Amino acid sequence: MTAAPTATEVASAVRSGTVRAATVLEGHLAAIDAAEAGIHAFNLVTREQARSDAAAVDAAVDAGHDPGLLAGVPVALKDNLCTRGVPTTCSSAILAGWRPPYDATVVTRLRRAGAVVVGKTNMDEFAMGSSTETSATGPTRNPHDLDRVPGGSSGGSAAAVAAGFAPIALGSDTGGSIRQPAALCGVVGMKPTYGTVSRYGLVAFASSLDQVGPFARSVADAALCFDVIGGHDEADSTSLNRPTPRVLSVLDDGVEGMTVGVLAEFLDGADPVVVARARAAAEALAAAGARVEEVSVPEVALALSAYYLIAPAEASSNLARYDGVRFGLRVDADDTVAMNTATRSAGFGAEVKRRVMLGTYALSAGYMDAYYGKALRVRTLIIEGFARAYQRCDVLLGPTTPTTAFPLGAKVGDPLSMYLSDVCTIPTNLAGHPAISVPFGTDDAGLPVGVQLLAPALAESTLFRAAAVVEAAAPDGSGRGGGTT
Amino acid sequence: MTDGPARITRDEVAHVARLARLHLTDAELELFTGQLAVILDHAADVATLDLEGVAPTAHAMAVTNVLRSDTPRPGLDRDEVLAAAPDVEDHRFRVPKLLGEAP
Amino acid sequence: MTDGWHLVIGLEVHCELRTETKLFCGCRNMFGDEPNTNVCPVCLGLPGSLPVLNQRAVELAMAIGTALHCDIRPSTFHRKNYFYPDQAKDYQISQYDEPINVDGWLELPDGFRVRIERAHMEEDTGKTTHAGASGRIHGADYSLVDYNRSGVPLVEIVSAPDLRDAAQARAYATELRAILVASGASDGKMEEGSMRVDANVSVRRSPDAPFGTRCEIKNLNSVRSLGRAIEYEAERQITLLEAGEAVEQQTRHWDETAGRTETLRSKEEAYDYRYFREPDLVPVVPDPEWKAAVADTLGLMPAQRRARLTELLGQGTDAVDGRRDQVATVVDLGLDDLVVEAAAAGVPVTLALARTANEAATDAEAARRLDLGAYVALLTMEAAGSLSATQSKAVLGELLAAGGGDPAVIARAKGFEAMSTDSLTATVAEAVAAEPDAWARYRDGEDKLAQVFVGRVMKATRGQANGKAVVAELQRLRG
Ligand SMILES: [Mg+2]
Ligand SMILES: [Zn+2]
Repeated sequence: MTAAPTATEVASAVRSGTVRAATVLEGHLAAIDAAEAGIHAFNLVTREQARSDAAAVDAAVDAGHDPGLLAGVPVALKDNLCTRGVPTTCSSAILAGWRPPYDATVVTRLRRAGAVVVGKTNMDEFAMGSSTETSATGPTRNPHDLDRVPGGSSGGSAAAVAAGFAPIALGSDTGGSIRQPAALCGVVGMKPTYGTVSRYGLVAFASSLDQVGPFARSVADAALCFDVIGGHDEADSTSLNRPTPRVLSVLDDGVEGMTVGVLAEFLDGADPVVVARARAAAEALAAAGARVEEVSVPEVALALSAYYLIAPAEASSNLARYDGVRFGLRVDADDTVAMNTATRSAGFGAEVKRRVMLGTYALSAGYMDAYYGKALRVRTLIIEGFARAYQRCDVLLGPTTPTTAFPLGAKVGDPLSMYLSDVCTIPTNLAGHPAISVPFGTDDAGLPVGVQLLAPALAESTLFRAAAVVEAAAPDGSGRGGGTT
Repeated sequence: MTDGPARITRDEVAHVARLARLHLTDAELELFTGQLAVILDHAADVATLDLEGVAPTAHAMAVTNVLRSDTPRPGLDRDEVLAAAPDVEDHRFRVPKLLGEAP
Repeated sequence: MTDGWHLVIGLEVHCELRTETKLFCGCRNMFGDEPNTNVCPVCLGLPGSLPVLNQRAVELAMAIGTALHCDIRPSTFHRKNYFYPDQAKDYQISQYDEPINVDGWLELPDGFRVRIERAHMEEDTGKTTHAGASGRIHGADYSLVDYNRSGVPLVEIVSAPDLRDAAQARAYATELRAILVASGASDGKMEEGSMRVDANVSVRRSPDAPFGTRCEIKNLNSVRSLGRAIEYEAERQITLLEAGEAVEQQTRHWDETAGRTETLRSKEEAYDYRYFREPDLVPVVPDPEWKAAVADTLGLMPAQRRARLTELLGQGTDAVDGRRDQVATVVDLGLDDLVVEAAAAGVPVTLALARTANEAATDAEAARRLDLGAYVALLTMEAAGSLSATQSKAVLGELLAAGGGDPAVIARAKGFEAMSTDSLTATVAEAVAAEPDAWARYRDGEDKLAQVFVGRVMKATRGQANGKAVVAELQRLRG
C-alpha cells in the first residue's frame, strides 16, 4: 500500500506538466473499481464526463494555459449538489433520475479551477442522518471496517476520500454532516463560516444551518479546496459580501501566542479514548507555543434540542416541493392531494418522514412559540456563550464525536441515540461558526478518532493554522492515513 | 422554567401527517407517535425555558439589504424543463383533479 | 342598502408590480407570453435554487407606501406554507409580521380618509387552467399549470374596515388604482389581473354596534364586480340575520355570471400556514436617504392633482363645488396637465376644465397623447372669442384624431374664419334694429334679453359668431 497523492501534489504535478490529468484520473478510477463494490461510496461514478474533463485539463496544460488551482484533481461531490444534466438524487427515491438543469455554484468553481468530478457520493437521504444508513441506495461502509458506518450524512464523501477514490470531496454540514463522518473515516473535514461558501445549487435541508465544505486527506488540501469554493455569490442572499479568508497562505504560521480553550462540555460523556486523544491534541498545541486552558460554554448543552426543532422545521418547508408536479417521482392518484400524498409517502424514507412531521409539528399553530420560537432564542444564548469563550480564546478544542465508528444497524431503530452522535458538532452550526475535524490517532480497534477545532465567525485562518499544528502532531498513520492506491 | 407543551398524541401525529401530505399506515402512526414523543421530551429542556427578553436568532450572520438589479436574465429552455416533469400537456404541467381553490 | 342595516367593508388589494423581472429571479415579468417560457430554477422551485430580492420591486413597494402615507419600516420575509400546484415551492414568500409599509391612509375624492393597515411584498403564484368545458375547477378532470407568473412581485394593500357601502368601496378601488398607476407601480389592468381585489364584508344594526361576522369575497376582477358582490353579499347576510340565522365566517367566491357569492370554505377549514422567517432572505432596512430618493421619483398623486385644480379654480366657491365631478374626471383620466398648462397660458380655468372634462375626456387615450401646445393654442383662441364654443369643439375633435396640429390652420380649413370686429358690429346693429322693444328693455337693465340678440346674430352668422363677443358689443352699445 502506498499513500495516495494529495490534491496539492496532484495539482502541482499536473500544472507543471510532469503528470497528465488523465493518468491521475485513471489511477483513481482503478481504485474505485477495486474497492467501491464493498464500500458503496458513490451513487454514480461519472466516468466518461471525468475522462473528457481530464482531457480538457491536459489540453489546457499543452496549450500553455493555467488550468487552475485544482488542475486534474479528482473530486467527489455529495449527491445533494446540483450537477447540470447529471442525476442528483439526495439518495432519495423521490429524486431518482432527476437531472438538474444547472450546476451548483461550488461545482462551477471547482470546474473552473480544473478539478475533475468523478462522481456523486452517497449520503443520508436529504442529509438527514449520521450514518449514511437512511440512503435509498443502501448504506455506505466505513473503509476502515466494512461492518461499521462511515458516519453521515456525507458518509459517501468521507469514505471516498478515506478509500483513495478522490483526494478531495465536497460535503454539506447542517449539524455535523462533514465533521462527524470525517472523524469516523479518519480524514479532514471542514465546515466553513455560514455564508462564506455559496449554497446555490445545494439541495436544502435546513437553510439557516447548511454549509458546503471540503473533505481531504490533509489540512493543506482542505485549505486549498476552501480557497477555491469560498467567496461571495450573488445567487445566494446569505452569502457574505466581504473578503473570504484565504487560508492556504497562513497554514505554516503556527500557534505561537494563541489561546486554545478545551471545551469541557464536549468532553462530558465522550468515550475515554476520544477524550484522551482530544487532550493529547491540546498538549501538541501547547508544545507548539499555544496557551491551553479549560473553558466552559454551558449553553451548548441546549444545542441538540434547539437543533432538532430548527432543522426539521426548515426541512419540513424545504421538502414540500417534492410533490410530484414539476420534477422527480410521481405516484398517480385520482386527485392532486392524493397524488401529492402518494408520491411523498412512497418517495420519502422513514427518517425524512419523521423529521418532516417533527418540523411540521414544531411550526404548527399552537406549538410555534413553545418549540420553534424558543429554539431560535436558545440559538441566541449559544452565540452569546461562544462569544464569552472567544473573549479569552482564539480557538476551542474538543472531540468531533463522542465515539468512534459504530456498527451498521446499531442506532437505526433509536432516532434519539443517533441524533446524540452529533452533540459536539451541532453547536457551531447554530452559531454559524467554522470548525474542522482533524484525524488524531485511533482507538484500540484501530478506528480513527477525530479532534475538532472551533473558531469564531470568519476566523478560518486561525482555525487552519491550529489544524495544521494538530495534524503535524498526529500519531503515525492517522494524520495522512487511509488512502491507498 | 415554564410548563412544556403536552405530550404529542396519535391524533396530532395523524393531523401533522395530513398537513405534510404523508400517508401513514397504522403501524407507522404508532411507531412515529412514540418516536416523536421521545424526541420532543428531549426538547423539553428548550420548550420549558423561560426566555423572556432573549431575542430570537433567525440568521447567525446579520446581513441586510441584499438586492439584485432588475435586469432580465435568460431562463431555462422550456423543453428541458418539461422533459423533467411527470406529466405535461400543451406545454404545461398536468396535475390530476383539484378538489378546491388554493387556500 | 336594506333599511336599518349598516355595512362594514375592508378591502385587500393585490397589485402586480411593473418590474422587468420577477421578485426573486431574473425571469421576465411579462403577461401573455407562451406558457412556461419565463421560468428558471428559482421560480420553478427546483431543488437547490435560492431567491434574491429585486431592488426595483422593493422601491416600487416603497413608492406605494409613500403614496399611501405609510410608515416605511425595516421588514422581513416569511414562508407561508401550503400545498398547491401553482405554488412552485409549496410555500409563498410573503411579508408577515414585519411588512415594509404600515399605518397609512388613502383620501377619496370626497375627502373621506380610509386607513391603510399595511402594504406588504409577496410573490405571485403560477396560473392554473382547468381542463373541461366550464373552465371552472369543479367538474374539471385535470388541470394545467403555467409558471410564467410564478414569482411575479405583488404588493398586497390591506385597508382598515373603514368603508361603509358599495359605492365607497368602488371609489376606494378606483382611487387606489389611480394611485398605483400614478406611482408607476402598476399598469392598473384589472382585466389582466394586475390588480385583484378581495372584500371583507359584514353587517350590523347600528353604526356603533360591534362588527358582525365577516365573509371574505375573492375573485373580484373589476370595480363593477366589487360593487355588485358587496351588495349581493350584504343582502345575503341581512336575509340570514333577519331570519334569525347566524352568518358563518367564510371565504366566498364571486360568480360574475350568476351574480352571486358562493362558499369556498369555512373558518373551520382555515389552513395552518406554519409561518416562519424565510431563512434564504435577509431583512430589508431602508435608510432615510433611500426613502427620500424613492419619494423624489414620485410624481403628484391623484389627491394632490385634484387639490391643484381646486386651487386654480379659486377658494371655497360654488365654482369649486359644482365642478368636483369635472375635477375628478380629468384627474382620473390623467388629463389634468392639459388644464394646468392651459390655465398657466392664461386660459380661464373653468373653460379649460370644461373642455377637458367634457370633450377631451371622450377620447382620453388620444387626449393623453395630445400636443399640449396645440391644445393651449386652441383654448386661447376660444377664450379670445376668435372661435365659438361650437367651432372650438369641432377643431378639438380634429386635433384629437390627428394627435396634434395647428388649430388656426384647422379652423381656417373648416371655414371657421373668425368674424372681423367690423362685421360683428354691423350684425349686432342689425339685430338691435330688428328688435326695438327688446332693446329698450335691455337698455333699462333686463340683462337676460341679451339672449334675444345673441340668438339673432347666431342665426345670421350660422353659429360662427362668438356669443361672448356679441354680449360685449351689446354692453358697449348700451353704454
Ligand atoms: Mg397575500
Ligand atoms: Zn425565474
